[in-house]
Amino acid sequence: MGAESLAGGEPSTVEQLIDRQKLAAPIKTAVDKFQLVPEFLKVRGLVKQHLDSFNYFVNIGIKKIVRANDRIASTVDPSIYIRFKDVRIGTPTVVVDGVSDKLAPHTCRLSDMTYTAPILVDIEYIQGSNDQKYRREKRDISIGRMPVMLRSQCCVLYGKDEAELAKLGECPLDPGGYFVVKGTEKVILIQEQLSKNRIIIDTDKKGNLTASVMSSTEATKSKTVIVMEKGKMYLSLNQFTTKIPIMVVMKAMGIESDQEVVQMLGRDPRYSALLLPSLEECASLDIFTQEKALKYLDNKKDGRALSILRDIFLANVPVHNNNLRPKCIYVAVMLRRMMEAILNKDAMDDKDYVGNKRLELSGQLISLLFEDLFKTMITEVERQIDYGLTKKVRSSQSDPSQYLLRDSISNGLERALSTGNWDVKRFRMNRKGVTQVLARLSFIGSLGYLTKIMPQFEKSRKVSGPRALQPSQWGMLCPCDTPEGEACGLVKNLALMTHVTTDEEDGPLISLCYCLGVEDLELLSGEELHTPNSFLVMFNGLILGKHRRPQHFAHAMRKLRRACKIGEFVSIFVNEKQRVVYIASDGGRVCRPLVIADKGISRVKEHHMKELLDGVRTFDDFLREGLIEYLDVNEENNALISLYEGETTPETTHIEIEPFTILGVIAGLIPYPHHNQSPRNTYQCAMGKQAMGNIAYNQLCRMDTLLYLLVYPQRPLLTTRTIELVGYDKLGAGQNATVAVMSYSGYDIEDAIVMNKSSLDRGFGRCIVMKKASCIMNRRYDSGASDRIVRPRGLDKDRERILDVDGLAAPGQIIRPNDIYINKESPTETRDHKSAEALADMKYRPSMQSHKGPEGESCVVDRVALSTDKNNNMCIKLIIRHTRRPELGDKFSSRHGQKGVCGTIIQQEDFPFSERGICPDLIMNPHGFPSRMTVGKMIELLGSKAGVSCGRFHYGSAFGEPSGHADKVDAISETLVRHGFSYNGKDMIYSGITGCPLQAYIFMGPIYYQKLKHMVLDKMHARGMGPRVMLTRQPTEGRARNGGLRVGEMERDCLIAYGASMLIFERLMLSSDPFEVQVCEACGLLGYYNHKLRSAFCSTCKNGDNIATMKLPYACKLLIQELQSMNIVPRLKLQEA
Amino acid sequence: MNEKENKGGNNDEPNKKFSIWDLPDVPMGQLPPHLQLQKTRVVCKADAPIHTDNISYSGAYASIGVDNSVHLDLFRDNFKVNVIRLTKEDMEFDMIGIDPALANAFRRILISEVPTMAIEKVLIAYNTSVVQDEVLAHRLGLVPLKADPRLFEYLSANDTPNEKNTIVFKLHASCKRGERRTVYSEELKWLPKGSELIKEAGQADSKPTTYTSFTCSQDVLPEFSEDPISPSEDKIILAKLGSKQEIELEAHAVKGLGKTHAKWSPVATAWYRMLPEVVLLEDVEDEVAEELVRRCPDKVFDIEDIGHGKKRATVARPRDCRLCRECVRGEGWEERVELRRVKDHFIFTVESTGVLPPEVLFTEAVKILEEKCERVISELS
Ligand code: SF4
Repeated sequence: MGAESLAGGEPSTVEQLIDRQKLAAPIKTAVDKFQLVPEFLKVRGLVKQHLDSFNYFVNIGIKKIVRANDRIASTVDPSIYIRFKDVRIGTPTVVVDGVSDKLAPHTCRLSDMTYTAPILVDIEYIQGSNDQKYRREKRDISIGRMPVMLRSQCCVLYGKDEAELAKLGECPLDPGGYFVVKGTEKVILIQEQLSKNRIIIDTDKKGNLTASVMSSTEATKSKTVIVMEKGKMYLSLNQFTTKIPIMVVMKAMGIESDQEVVQMLGRDPRYSALLLPSLEECASLDIFTQEKALKYLDNKKDGRALSILRDIFLANVPVHNNNLRPKCIYVAVMLRRMMEAILNKDAMDDKDYVGNKRLELSGQLISLLFEDLFKTMITEVERQIDYGLTKKVRSSQSDPSQYLLRDSISNGLERALSTGNWDVKRFRMNRKGVTQVLARLSFIGSLGYLTKIMPQFEKSRKVSGPRALQPSQWGMLCPCDTPEGEACGLVKNLALMTHVTTDEEDGPLISLCYCLGVEDLELLSGEELHTPNSFLVMFNGLILGKHRRPQHFAHAMRKLRRACKIGEFVSIFVNEKQRVVYIASDGGRVCRPLVIADKGISRVKEHHMKELLDGVRTFDDFLREGLIEYLDVNEENNALISLYEGETTPETTHIEIEPFTILGVIAGLIPYPHHNQSPRNTYQCAMGKQAMGNIAYNQLCRMDTLLYLLVYPQRPLLTTRTIELVGYDKLGAGQNATVAVMSYSGYDIEDAIVMNKSSLDRGFGRCIVMKKASCIMNRRYDSGASDRIVRPRGLDKDRERILDVDGLAAPGQIIRPNDIYINKESPTETRDHKSAEALADMKYRPSMQSHKGPEGESCVVDRVALSTDKNNNMCIKLIIRHTRRPELGDKFSSRHGQKGVCGTIIQQEDFPFSERGICPDLIMNPHGFPSRMTVGKMIELLGSKAGVSCGRFHYGSAFGEPSGHADKVDAISETLVRHGFSYNGKDMIYSGITGCPLQAYIFMGPIYYQKLKHMVLDKMHARGMGPRVMLTRQPTEGRARNGGLRVGEMERDCLIAYGASMLIFERLMLSSDPFEVQVCEACGLLGYYNHKLRSAFCSTCKNGDNIATMKLPYACKLLIQELQSMNIVPRLKLQEA
Repeated sequence: MNEKENKGGNNDEPNKKFSIWDLPDVPMGQLPPHLQLQKTRVVCKADAPIHTDNISYSGAYASIGVDNSVHLDLFRDNFKVNVIRLTKEDMEFDMIGIDPALANAFRRILISEVPTMAIEKVLIAYNTSVVQDEVLAHRLGLVPLKADPRLFEYLSANDTPNEKNTIVFKLHASCKRGERRTVYSEELKWLPKGSELIKEAGQADSKPTTYTSFTCSQDVLPEFSEDPISPSEDKIILAKLGSKQEIELEAHAVKGLGKTHAKWSPVATAWYRMLPEVVLLEDVEDEVAEELVRRCPDKVFDIEDIGHGKKRATVARPRDCRLCRECVRGEGWEERVELRRVKDHFIFTVESTGVLPPEVLFTEAVKILEEKCERVISELS
């Protein structure tokens, strides 16, 4: 099997799929290109962008960083230095007692470790002192530990097959792409960013036109903005406190003649007219020469004007030999674009356009962090070497390499990953929440984390623009999957076939451009810049020059790309409007593969697909042979992409591979999403993540804090291609319930569902909740004593019931509230060090751990695990398991955003039954349909019904009908009729109560239902007497603290309006915090009751004559006293009531 | 006298001058055909079934002199049961001449009120398999047991489990190193002498007790000596074991009702359907006839030759109709074919789980209904 060998260690799920496809491949006239999708997913897509990005960092990024800062030289004696010759990431290991051991990620999860590999460097250094110096070399010195992304190249899981993964305790379906930090799985979310080094024409808050460039180079990061205010152009740069007329800047950069500026803008008189006010302003400032202009600028910024202009202003334009001309041209281009925008509003850039966005992936973020930490380390080492040299240590052979062994890099990386705070001062970066815990609520939910894109703005912004669906998202970002509420439309998810690019070497590309006839900028005069029939060529935001035959040039570049002479992700985009050819090879662009068509005829032919099926051809072969190429959002604008092969016209340049790939992974679970009202798909995307089911194959070996599992999860009867591609059919999260759409019992209003008790008895919707309880045994206190676990001593027989002789709860024991599960004792004295004898007769106090849970819930101790943490303390973890059957109020949902709670549970004999004796598992009210318009759900029902009767899984992939990836309703109906059902899915039903047929045919069949994690048992709460807060003596708040239910302002208002004053009195005081106080009627202050003398006393009046006793809320008494403490005297005036 | 009937006759010629006195007398003591149809048939139209309910009020037709009350002797004469199919697991029989309420009562009793034995308590001594204890216990509970529930008593809360109310099974399955295996229900071994697990003694000196107190072994009872108690199916998967995993447990089965938990339900399901009746309202000939035959997936219609090369559709096997309504789908078809259900003819199917043969189950159900009726009578008197 060629496919298998080529696939290497990819999860074999995809292979299995291919075989299955092979057997049931439909024969069609148009080439079925679906098979390209699984092939693509083997090499790219899904979460591979994380892996690619991390691999890029490990292979290239880290080397670049180290090469750029490869020398640590002493300032005292520059001949003493350390030079890094090479850097690499080793294999993940753990060092225990000085011995390093191979480390598997699952070990890290279980024992709260960080999955790291050493960062190894080869160095060359000078050893010795003044007279004797030797050049030494050392190899494989560890300078820190790098958290390793699972399944990346340096991970032990890389290239492993299913059996090997199982041996390592890993789920083969788990996609990887995350880190294990201190035992928790952390994902670095994809960060959305505005693209760097590109001119963006926009308006600012005041409505002024601006052209801005966010420059970002290795050395500097800056933002240059040119604003147009009242017809005049200004430069606004952070380094200058005020806005500077742009002409002054131009002059300062050496373009002294206004004529030249006008020429640079182009011939059009309208442009010169628009520039005139700026020219005039410059003249009015009396600035005509570079010298004067610089002086003017120096006044604004104490004499550093030239260096600012050189290094910070438009930092992305490189300056050689202080030649600022490229910058001038860049400014001219910016000005020209602004003027175009004035003349024609369409020329404005759209910030929300996906082509103007860059996605920052984990590799880039880690690389930033590493660079910062590495540089910090270098300065530290430098200082240490200097210190070592100045100290004049007589121990002659000071070895500078020893200073490299330090923790700052390891700690810095670990801290950033575990807190999610990217606080990199060097790059003026301060981001919070970059990492998130990978919640293992459901398999699909955790996949969702890896495709999630974090927005650049804060969520609170009330703007509609960035939230709206962008047409340029097509095929790149999922149109359905976005959360509801404040982050709606800002948090996005990648589509199935999206790839995010990584940086590419730009030197060869630039010289290639010049070879292909780009006229160098240096050689052009301002006049020539914008001559008609010539296009500027911009490479990664840099103006290379111009080209006289742009289409020809673009065509040549594309040809080279298709021939794999240049990287497959390089994008060539001819912008006719701006008359620019944009070439991009930078990282973070989203792109997707498309089939190339020549004059509307697909290059992928039947025999190609056959070779793919036979395994002699891979996705990369398609790329290499120029049958398929990646297009990014910008280049898509130059393409005419047809959806299906049959719809091509001679102008068509590309054909979509499969239309369902415009959806993401999570939206891909929905059958027939294209028949649903769009918000329903969005709701399902949110709910699919909350559905219980299987987490992973290793779910029972994991020690998560909270795990929800379904006892009998099923594979959906109506599947989609996406489901098979991601493995949801193997790790399902739901059950195929036979649903009757009818009203029943009245307990089904507001989307409630009626459930069949027998179905529940037989295991429908049964779930397991596993909670972790853990305890750390402190091995060594300061006193030298340590915690200990003692065998049960029979002091409290009942509570010690489940303990084994080792003092820990035995697995399999039923645990009730207040049962002890760890019989721990702590030493009474933990402080100062004690002698051995003192330790021997140290007293211990019990500090046993007991189970806290609701009364009446019978949980079971599932597992007990012992491990050691970093400080060598023993760590005991227990998994406590609770099996629950569905009950009233548990939440269920179908895959169409139709959630509902269980309204009532009814005996099977009362349930309606069909002529064939089929009794539904649940009844759903038909009112759920008209307003929701989830036609997809109805088709799912029909399809599943046909599926169970004919024994074939039916498909419902999005937009799949024309390509055969979704069964058509007509075909389904035919199948139904063949098996004796009505074509419309409605059956004759007999009432289970009266025994007569119902007066309507009932729409009945299987629908995949998900049980959501919201269960009544976790939420229900009521209390009578209970705990109170110390400070106010009022009942506590919240379910977790067994709190009271508050009569709030609105409830109070109701009672007032109703006139139930005694009820208010009772609720707000008597049942809350009544308190008896002694009030002195004379002074109006609080007194006290002296229990010894049995009399009340006013401490202000120094007597007890006028004391009245009254009741008052304790909180009120508190307020009075607090006010008194602030020197405010509240006096009570009492009246007889 | 009978206003309603006249209206019915009126439909033919609405415009003609009309006197009710011209109409022929409605025959007394007999329902007119359309009412008779309403009373005895459900008509399954293409969009919805009509006349579904049962007219049980004795005076429903009093105005035309028809007595609608139930007559026991009439019922006795007309009531018929024909057994169509009877196997070990299931039974299909026709129940003719009975009210749907009664037929439904049998169905309901079969599902929820015929007692059976099912595993209720599982004492797990050892379980290292991946199947959790509760889940395993739940699965065991659903295993149908071939044990006649009539020979046992209910175990009430303060009873001690003894040979009269408890059946004890043992399951001890283990898997060798490096292998995998499936545990099937056949491995449940009946312990006629009761539990073998020793209860943790309250006092150290007291005699060790087990979880049951059998006075005698169950297998000496004649009912069990030849036919030992076992799960009714051998190959029900209980659990799967991996290398070196082991399950050791004892399961105690008690008598119960399907009402309490579906595991005590003796039937997989029990249901009935009304006898289909397919009527051709007009002669369906030639192509239309062929079309009709083609439409029906259940081969209800046949074609007969009526000479002159003409063909006519006939209804050959109405009983096979599963009501897919293909024959009434589309323009004009509802005028040709009418699908009906006979209201007092029930095709009853009982699928036993194997606890008792289906016919016994049904007689048990009848007995329970009898008992209930007696209880009502005695309460009333
Ligand atoms: S309803 Fe269907 S099965 Fe019955 S007679 Fe008509 S076509 Fe045949």
